[in-house]
Amino acid sequence: MTILAKHAGYRQAYDALLAHGVDPLNVRFDSVLSPTEGLWNGRRTILLGTNNYLGLTFDSDCIERAVEATRGQGTGTTGSRVANGTYDGHKRLEEALADFYGREHAMVFSTGYQANLGVLSTLVGRGDHLMLDADSHASIYDGSRLGMAEVIRFRHNNPDDLYKRLRRLEGVPGDRLIVVEGIYSMLGDTAPLKEIAAVKRETGAYLLVDEAHSLGVLGRTGRGLAEAAGVEADVDFIVGTFSKSLGSVGGFCVSDSPDFDLLRIVCRPYMFTASLPPGVMASTHEALKKLRAEPALRVNLMRNATRLYDGLTAMGFQTGPEPNPIVAVTMPDQTTAGVFWKMLLESGLYINLAVPPATPANASLLRTSISAAHTIQQIDTALDIFADVGRKLGFLQSDRRRAAGAL
Amino acid sequence: MRDDIAAIFEQVLGRPVAISDDTDIVEDLGMDSLGVMNFVMAIEDFYDLSIPLDRVAQIQTVADLIRAVEELKSGTAA
Ligand SMILES: Cc1ncc(COP(=O)(O)O)c(C=O)c1O
Repeated sequence: MTILAKHAGYRQAYDALLAHGVDPLNVRFDSVLSPTEGLWNGRRTILLGTNNYLGLTFDSDCIERAVEATRGQGTGTTGSRVANGTYDGHKRLEEALADFYGREHAMVFSTGYQANLGVLSTLVGRGDHLMLDADSHASIYDGSRLGMAEVIRFRHNNPDDLYKRLRRLEGVPGDRLIVVEGIYSMLGDTAPLKEIAAVKRETGAYLLVDEAHSLGVLGRTGRGLAEAAGVEADVDFIVGTFSKSLGSVGGFCVSDSPDFDLLRIVCRPYMFTASLPPGVMASTHEALKKLRAEPALRVNLMRNATRLYDGLTAMGFQTGPEPNPIVAVTMPDQTTAGVFWKMLLESGLYINLAVPPATPANASLLRTSISAAHTIQQIDTALDIFADVGRKLGFLQSDRRRAAGAL
Repeated sequence: MRDDIAAIFEQVLGRPVAISDDTDIVEDLGMDSLGVMNFVMAIEDFYDLSIPLDRVAQIQTVADLIRAVEELKSGTAA
């Protein structure tokens, strides 16, 4: 017995995949060539699973700003903002985020994960009630465990179930905070935010939306689902990440809450970790400018996403409920998913293998994420590879040409 | 109450189950985390209450579950 033996159950599931030659945790790229291509096993491979929605990781201006800031101010801050102070880049990035969202306040965290840990554990405390969608991201669940509030889970994307649970709390003291995501990271479905906002208004709860996968993706100006659903005024807090559409690393929270800055002296995942390095802040700031200045990125992104979604759906694959830049194909079981995933990779297509317990309804998923930087040719190649592997594994019911013709 | 709970188990698991106070919900009934979540939600619907996640984590046996439901129903939960 070792100290880690208690986790042996996870090892068994992983070993079962390894037995089929499937090792999703050890995909080693020789190099990454662009937002959409990497070199794997000496072969050019299409990257269709990297959350690089706007394809800005290789943007020459973003790189230039990062290089300048690194040369000018060094590689790291070597400590938290409480201990080592705030750099000009932190302040300017926070101002840019507040301006983008039209909010009074913005606060930057070292990752999106930490933004959720910090905000969720601090906004609500003992005697308060945290209402989580059952399919929430791990960072939301972990944030709920770091704080002292009572945590109640409601059925995924079900405003009636949420309402019922808030009604049961009638007369019970304490603040209520509802937490939902803009686009859910596994199936690419959006939250029914209009209906959730109505529940919030009727029950006097606060509302937080994690726009990790919807920043730069949804909404007329790219602010996310709250903008797309026309309910920004009802959303009290928006959390997001720099690690997807902005192509770097880091997280943030924006709000109009008048005493928002209190978070800076009580929020432990903000106070007790090193702040973002100058180069990261500089590239992120530049990427935010691009996101605002180039709406065409979102048009290309949605064109690509719809093409992939429609193509896979027409082939007879079971896809999620709506076309978004996350498109997931549900597989009958984990082994099939693993083998399918491995054959895709060996055919030049990298996507994510998503298996229980990280997935909703314990599904085994082939999860793709699409970029504005993908060419139509790359999307079509991806569809061809899916069709080819699907045929070899006996999946395909209809012809891929029909899919292309429908577009 | 135990009959109601047995009926909800059957509905979630899709097979008849025999339970006693000592039945371990995960070990004896072979439920995975998803099964537990669906089961908890069905219990919540039936008794018109919400079981907070920290309470769910403390429930191991049928007796634990009955105690949690009774406490939450009467509003004496810790
Ligand atoms: C919904 C959601 N929230 C938060 C995060 C965490 O973001 P980060 O990678 O910046 O820690 C992610 C992504 O991993 C996510 O999918």
